[in-house]
Amino acid sequence: MATVELVDVTKIYENDVVAIRNANLKINDKEFVVLVGPSGCGKSTLLRMIAGLEEISSGDLFIDGQRVNDVPPKDRDIAMVFQNYALYPHMNVYDNMAFGLKLRKFPAAEIEKRVREAGEILGISEFLNRKPKALSGGQRQRVAIGRAIVRKPKVFLFDEPLSNLDAKLRVQMRIEINRLHKRLQSTMIYVTHDQVEAMTMGDKIVVLKDGVIQQIDTPMNLYNNPRNLFVAGFIGSPAMNFLQGELISERSLNFRTRGIQISLPPETARALEKTGIKEVILGIRPENIHDVKLTSDRNLSQPIDITIDVVEPIGNEMFLYFRAGDETLCMRTSPDKIYHSGEQIQVALDMDKMYFFNPETEERIA
Amino acid sequence: MSKPRSLSLPGKIGAYTILVLFSLFAIYPVLRVFSLSIRPGNRLLTKSLAIIPENATFHSYYQLFFEEPFLRWMLNSLLVSTIVAIIGVGLATTAGYAFSRYRFPGKNSAMLAIITTQMFPVSMLLLPLFIMLIKLHLYDSYLGLIIAYSATALPFTIWQMKGYYDTIPYSLEEAAMIDGASPVYTFYKIVLPLALPAIAITALFSFMTAWSEYLVAVVLIQDTALFTLPLGLKNYQASMESSWGLYSAGAIIVSLPVVILFMFLSRWLISGLTLGSVKG
Repeated sequence: MATVELVDVTKIYENDVVAIRNANLKINDKEFVVLVGPSGCGKSTLLRMIAGLEEISSGDLFIDGQRVNDVPPKDRDIAMVFQNYALYPHMNVYDNMAFGLKLRKFPAAEIEKRVREAGEILGISEFLNRKPKALSGGQRQRVAIGRAIVRKPKVFLFDEPLSNLDAKLRVQMRIEINRLHKRLQSTMIYVTHDQVEAMTMGDKIVVLKDGVIQQIDTPMNLYNNPRNLFVAGFIGSPAMNFLQGELISERSLNFRTRGIQISLPPETARALEKTGIKEVILGIRPENIHDVKLTSDRNLSQPIDITIDVVEPIGNEMFLYFRAGDETLCMRTSPDKIYHSGEQIQVALDMDKMYFFNPETEERIA
Repeated sequence: MSKPRSLSLPGKIGAYTILVLFSLFAIYPVLRVFSLSIRPGNRLLTKSLAIIPENATFHSYYQLFFEEPFLRWMLNSLLVSTIVAIIGVGLATTAGYAFSRYRFPGKNSAMLAIITTQMFPVSMLLLPLFIMLIKLHLYDSYLGLIIAYSATALPFTIWQMKGYYDTIPYSLEEAAMIDGASPVYTFYKIVLPLALPAIAITALFSFMTAWSEYLVAVVLIQDTALFTLPLGLKNYQASMESSWGLYSAGAIIVSLPVVILFMFLSRWLISGLTLGSVKG
């Protein structure tokens, strides 16, 4: 079991492309950490540097307190599950899983025991004699995970392992990997571009964009306290709504954008006045926009008249899209009331759940 | 996974008719040569269309093996071709791998230079080859032939191997690396087994290059004891009188090893061995 620590880790490719810039990250023993971000954000590069498949241009990487920058992958005591599984096609499932143990000169009886055990944990015992091509996608994924767990490594690395599976299987495997983490009690680092996977699996989530770590936090903290515009927009589905507008003082501080004016609560106003910024971006999550007729127990803003553009019934909830200012906003409602497109209603924002961002730095200011 | 389409009865009949026609088209000339080889005497021209002629005899074959140095030439050809195939497989598998996986200065120019050599017709290379081999004292020797043939076959086979390696996902090698395999071990245990179809083609191509080559051989080899099969065959087609019986019997025998080799390797010539390893 092990800790992983990155200190000022930077990766610059030969063509001067910076893939990772000054990454600092501390992963505790037994922690499940998810690296998440849009494609090209450097999350896979970061994982591959931990694996030893990519060189580290500068900075230090420690596994279990030991600097491993120059240690080859095989001596880092890590195991990796690849996005495309990377099973050896000419070997059967048993040999695929036993390959690493054989190379490490484990006694045959021990190899047999571990492979059978992993087969049972993952429910692939009956396929041990099959070649990978005779397996379904989900089964191949299990073999790939099995190949990692027989080694009992210090750290497990997962590189988008579920992205080739269909939606239903993905949910199932997500739960199984979570269960596996509980059972094996080892450090796991998991890369995904899917924020739902990140939220549901991680003890801790690292959000990356353009090679820079944006925020490291627990799932709920990321959701409730995003540090900047990117994190706010990336975490949550449907995404947070953003309205660009200005702050004006009339008796109290007001946020104004085309067609909408909201007088802000004193606490928020104080925080915003302190920054001295006039142009801001207001962020509000879909569930924090309410139909005025149905909600009264919240600290709501003044009502806004809107015309519903599109209605998306999901079943357990409903998404309404409407125009406000220059933006299309989304609100989440309960399915108890049926709305129709073209219907005119009054909505209001929950003033305790509003986020304000500086449009230039994109940092959160209130 | 797609299964072969099953045809309706008329479709099957149509397909087999076409296949049979084309097979006949391909086989008939070979049959004519065979019938020539078992004709008594030395008759090339005849009005008969029979494949098995009257008074058929294997005398030409007997002559070839017991009265002529044909067996000797055959062994020469076999030796030269086998060595060329071994050199071809050894060098093309490793060079192709380097070109596919490693980045090094001059890689692209080297790839280009290799393929450029293929642009020159053999007849144009004959003189420089001749001069070089004389200076190296390799004229009229197996070694000279082997070097010439290997040099001719390698550009194609290196490109071919490189192209095949490119289709093998690199993540397999990374997985092996993490599993604890050295680069050499990974190459032998993971990459080469997956590249078998390409290796089979490389071996076949190198062998064939040497086996049926005539132009270079006729320039480089003078000693009849060192003759390869194509030279030996040509020997029977003299300006005054051609021994058509021996010639055609020889032609049949020359083509046999290639057919056998092809049948042996054909199980490796099916592609798709990497199916199922990765999904992408």
